[in-house]
Amino acid sequence: MAMVQPRSIRARKLAAHLALLGVVALVAFPLLLVISISFREGNFATGNLIPERFSLEHWSLALGIPWERADGSVVQPPFPVLLWLWNSVKVAAVSSVLILLLATTSAYAFARMRFRGKAGLLKGMLIFQMFPPVLSLVALYALFDRLGQLVPWLGINSHGSLILASLGAVALHIWTIKGYFESIDGSLEEAAMIDGASTWQAFRHILLPLSVPILMVVFILAFIMSIMEYPMASVLLLDEDKLTLAVGAQQYLAEHNQRWGDFAAAAVLSGLPITLVFLLCQRWIVGGLTAGGVKG
Amino acid sequence: MFTTNASRGLPRHRSRSLAERYRRWISRALVAALVVSLLWLVVAFHLRGQWMFALLFLVLGASLAVVFGKRELMSHRYVFPALAGMGVFVIFPLLYTVGISFSNYSSSNLLSEERVRAQFLERTYQAEGSAFDFRLYREGERVRLYLEAQGEETSIGASRLISEPLVDSESGGSLAVHPAQSPPAGEVLGMREVIAERERLQRLVLTTPEGVELRMAGLRHFAPILPRYTENPDGSLTDLRDGTRLTPDREHGFFVDGEGERLTPGWPVAVGLDNYARVLLDPDVRGPFLAIFVWTFVFAGLTVLFTLAVGFVLASLLQWEQLRGKAVYRTLLILPYAVPAFISILIFKGMFNQSYGEINLILEGLFGIRPNWFTDPAMARTMLLLCMGLLQSVPRDLYEASAVDGGGPLTNMFRITLPLIIKPLTPLLIAAFAFNFNNFVLITLLTGGSPDILGASTPAGTTDLLVSYTYRIAFQDAGQDFGLAAAIATLIFLLVMGLSLLNLRLSRVEV
Repeated sequence: MAMVQPRSIRARKLAAHLALLGVVALVAFPLLLVISISFREGNFATGNLIPERFSLEHWSLALGIPWERADGSVVQPPFPVLLWLWNSVKVAAVSSVLILLLATTSAYAFARMRFRGKAGLLKGMLIFQMFPPVLSLVALYALFDRLGQLVPWLGINSHGSLILASLGAVALHIWTIKGYFESIDGSLEEAAMIDGASTWQAFRHILLPLSVPILMVVFILAFIMSIMEYPMASVLLLDEDKLTLAVGAQQYLAEHNQRWGDFAAAAVLSGLPITLVFLLCQRWIVGGLTAGGVKG
Repeated sequence: MFTTNASRGLPRHRSRSLAERYRRWISRALVAALVVSLLWLVVAFHLRGQWMFALLFLVLGASLAVVFGKRELMSHRYVFPALAGMGVFVIFPLLYTVGISFSNYSSSNLLSEERVRAQFLERTYQAEGSAFDFRLYREGERVRLYLEAQGEETSIGASRLISEPLVDSESGGSLAVHPAQSPPAGEVLGMREVIAERERLQRLVLTTPEGVELRMAGLRHFAPILPRYTENPDGSLTDLRDGTRLTPDREHGFFVDGEGERLTPGWPVAVGLDNYARVLLDPDVRGPFLAIFVWTFVFAGLTVLFTLAVGFVLASLLQWEQLRGKAVYRTLLILPYAVPAFISILIFKGMFNQSYGEINLILEGLFGIRPNWFTDPAMARTMLLLCMGLLQSVPRDLYEASAVDGGGPLTNMFRITLPLIIKPLTPLLIAAFAFNFNNFVLITLLTGGSPDILGASTPAGTTDLLVSYTYRIAFQDAGQDFGLAAAIATLIFLLVMGLSLLNLRLSRVEV
């Protein structure tokens, strides 16, 4: 670089900055717009980014509090946003814990043990993970429909079914954790086992405490993926009070009755925590994934 | 690398520690309980005639018992739970989908043949011919029904019946009637009072000592409710009203009457390659299918190109050593990833709204145009590409890829950087292609596939991708044709399989 110094370096820098700023503006504008709209009066009111007619109506409704307008009419909250958020968090938390359990134990076996069919299993998992679950929705629906006739809390319209269905998506996490395990030197476990520890004890007391960072990363990844999961939830959940946020949120912008303002408040309220979690963990996630991926 | 063989070589000894022994017994009991509950599922599914599911849980229970029962398979115990999860919720649905694609499973052919038969046998009709006239008699506070057969012959024995006193309850419920010789003593209620009581009478079911039920059939009559169909030894049904014979057509999964007319509901039967033939030969299905097929490839391809172009330029800029503030830009450009897709897509949906959306306000201010983003096919497709470009414009992986060689000025880009970078990027590009190929959430939330393709016999839209098309055939109001949806899904499976094998080879995964 230093040898071939272009003449117009300042102009180029300026152009680069302008281009980057343009893209940033393009990316940030919708988000700012939504925040602004959530404070505007009425649905689909237009105006500047800084609202001229400030109103907390949409926020009050999003929080589930009926709002009394200036003319005395009382508006009821259209949808139970907080309940949806709670459903999402509940399903995501339980399924991430289960996914973590399954993925960690099998990643340990894949990283540390020799057994028949290991290479085939690992490759097969990668291939099967590529199939979009949307396509087998009919089969999953049939499975849970039949299962629900025998075990009601695992049937259609139950959170149990959604949690269970998410257990299929473990292959990615297994690969991530496996890569991390392989980067840890095995001599610690070896020493423990010479001292009389069983395989399980070596795994539980030596390897697991060393791998807390990657476990956190996988947990957060699984959590975010579960929160954002749409197709499965849209088929398996039916009642309004059972929906997760991903399925419920679209009801604000239904074909004939678009509640743009209410949606904006609900979106900021529910999307902000998820966005913040993602941004905060961003560094770990990328770091963890590359640490896991190097050896993968 | 350190490997262990899961202590299977060591001799099994009775642990001296009491806690350890208890723990072993508890885990054995847990496994046994799991196996037993899985076997219960197997038996229950088998009794319902759902052999596919019985087989699934039989395999699951048996492998659980084997893996946790044999000490040689100690290593497999660690892998088993995850594999079981994948087996039940990824591989089984996949195979089951392929299976469904060879059947006519749909909303009209949903239940098994036994259940359909049972449904027909449960159907009843009111025998208008052998109706009874009725009158209400008041005895003090109580009211009784008195029924008299209209003709000489009745289908239920007695020709005069008298009921227990009517109870003053809201629900009609069942009321016993007995044969009688003459009308009861007491005052006959007039038509006006009968009309006043009508709603209650309509809910009333009278039961004779023989068990025949009668219901109100008009303001003056009650008529017996008789089973409509009887079963013949050869498996056909006879309609007792007019004597029509319904024979089961096991080729198409319906009961058919004498003229070959099909009666719903039917049951699922194997139809061989019919669904595939419909996709490939029936013009009303093939036309939309091909259009959607082409659009899916165009969409996925263009999105990848768009993403690559924008992302590549951005990555090169952000790699430029002399540029300041790169960290800030990077954080801001990550934002589209951080916002959940189901929210950002809906934000775009609102912004593209024709009459109120911000995008049209700006366009109108600048150029005086107001495109109809959702009803014009071309505009709808443009909108999708714009959205996807904005949502994915910065593939994180590109930073790292272009960091390798320092991403120089634009003149060098095509000569040096691009050729160098394209090889490590190929697996990523294929993955991005596969992702957009199946970008169900974007289509469903943004356009729902609309505007619709005209003249299609299945729900098909101009912006539908193959996945959303499949979803709509299976789960949207018109028909719920699971068989056809499964056939299209199977075709996509083959495509994805090809893509993933290609990707596996290119990225040279080492196990």
